[in-house]
Amino acid sequence: MAEVLVYVDHVDGAVRKPTLELLTLARRLGEPVAVALGAGAESTAAVLGEHGAVRVLTADAPEFADYLVVPKVDALQAAYDAVSPAAVLVPSSAEGKEIAARLAVRIGSGIITDAVDLEAGDEGPVATQSAFAASFTTKSRVSKGTPVITVKPNSAAVEPAQAAGTVEALSVSFGEKSTGTKVVSRTPRQSTGRPDLTEAAIVVSGGRGVNGAENFPVIEALADSLGAAVGASRAAVDAGWYPHTNQVGQTGKSVSPQLYIANGISGAIQHRAGMQTSKTIVAVNKDEEAPIFDLVDFGVVGDLFNVVPQLTEEIKTRKG
Amino acid sequence: MSLRIVVTVKYVPDATGDRHFADDLTVDRDDVDGLLSELDEYAVEQALQIADEADDAEITVLTVGPEDAKDALRKALSMGADKGIHVEDDDLHGTDAVGTSLVLAKAIEKAGYDLVVSGMASTDGVVGVVPALLAERLGVPQVTLLSEVSVADGVVKGRRDGDAATEELEASLPAVVSVTDQSGEARYPSFKGIMAAKKKPVESWDLSDLGLEAEEVGLEGAWTKVDSATERPARTAGKIITDEGEGGKQLAEFLASQKFI
Repeated sequence: MAEVLVYVDHVDGAVRKPTLELLTLARRLGEPVAVALGAGAESTAAVLGEHGAVRVLTADAPEFADYLVVPKVDALQAAYDAVSPAAVLVPSSAEGKEIAARLAVRIGSGIITDAVDLEAGDEGPVATQSAFAASFTTKSRVSKGTPVITVKPNSAAVEPAQAAGTVEALSVSFGEKSTGTKVVSRTPRQSTGRPDLTEAAIVVSGGRGVNGAENFPVIEALADSLGAAVGASRAAVDAGWYPHTNQVGQTGKSVSPQLYIANGISGAIQHRAGMQTSKTIVAVNKDEEAPIFDLVDFGVVGDLFNVVPQLTEEIKTRKG
Repeated sequence: MSLRIVVTVKYVPDATGDRHFADDLTVDRDDVDGLLSELDEYAVEQALQIADEADDAEITVLTVGPEDAKDALRKALSMGADKGIHVEDDDLHGTDAVGTSLVLAKAIEKAGYDLVVSGMASTDGVVGVVPALLAERLGVPQVTLLSEVSVADGVVKGRRDGDAATEELEASLPAVVSVTDQSGEARYPSFKGIMAAKKKPVESWDLSDLGLEAEEVGLEGAWTKVDSATERPARTAGKIITDEGEGGKQLAEFLASQKFI
């Protein structure tokens, strides 16, 4: 059976959920072989094996943390050369897309980014993508070389599938270009204790209607009552009310949760591009003409400062 | 010595227009008004600021696209860039991101450069990998997705705000930089700038000028193939209520009925 290379996104050995989703998709195409790099790489093997990885190729070297992107491309290329896979799958993070794109050029392959689904096809994997602010769905495939495909979070369910998960050391020799961009310092983002925005099952967002950073705790309280991530519209981020890392939309994160709750967000195209594929959409806005109401499964026309706290209290009561 | 900056820009269909696909499944560029990709304005702005800090600098804006793409160059020139290069060739129709990066890299090499500045992504394709591909093809450092950037003494420094961490990056020139929409508001062209832009030189190059063959680019040469494009069905109209004091509770009732609570 053909092998499919899966690039592992992990933090010190803790595998992030999108990688487990990738393993689900990889098993539709062949036998997953995982590539884990950097500190803690070997400790990813157990969970990867439980989700279908037959082999886990690992490498650790200071270069992975000290220089941007290129050392990881060198390593993924080494894995590609060693495995000769039928496809290479990479999580669609900012860095993941850069790694995948550079690998594709090196191995003379086409690349598809931000797939939301993958299936086996007669002429190689068929990727589903969203286009034009998610108003279109396209099906594409790579027509030259070994398909390199990046896949967005929440594109597949995590499914346990026991496999060997055998750890094998990957031998990597870094090219002279690998040390071109030095990472002078790295400040990890402080954890808010909330789920990651792109991975969360529920996202609660605030926009212009929140009317100030001092009012965002109203949004956060609702999020916490549901165990949700907090998002913000571009208007709220540009106004400095909430960090850019929480921005949902075309120039921020693209999310596809089970439930999206938009509060005080009008629903401009830039925002819709980032949340339109959510399964269930709910909105609270005082403007009944707001375009967000065209998308919703349930909408409340009203002042969010009345509706949202009441909703939060009701959820807490119902959850006991 | 003069700091040679090349800014890559893209002419895109207006995102607020009714964007769709043409019969050959490429982006339809005929029926929707186009403009300079908003995300590229940030690249032009940062290039202008870097040039201001340098003793001597020249900014070339480079675009690949059909005739109308000149409008994107004019906008960048009216903001203050010095000259334009327009790569235009009928054989380029349907070129994908990998092919575009090939054309851009050839043009950048031909133009001569110390620093390439790009936006974080285009607003139509939103692939976002062209800067990394340019660095790979040019064989120079990539310093990408920066919310802050500066150049001094042949070194580019910048801050990359990633999901997990904020990184301070540093690389020697020549290098490829991309900047995000957090890098600082782009200036509006002044009336004087708009008038001056009309007199600034714009060169037109085709594939043969870049030593490229038609088979290497375009729809036929593309590394990827779109088999189908389907308009997403409109979401079915949901229930909309007006809050009369119980809106929050009614919303909770809906969430409970959907098993979210």
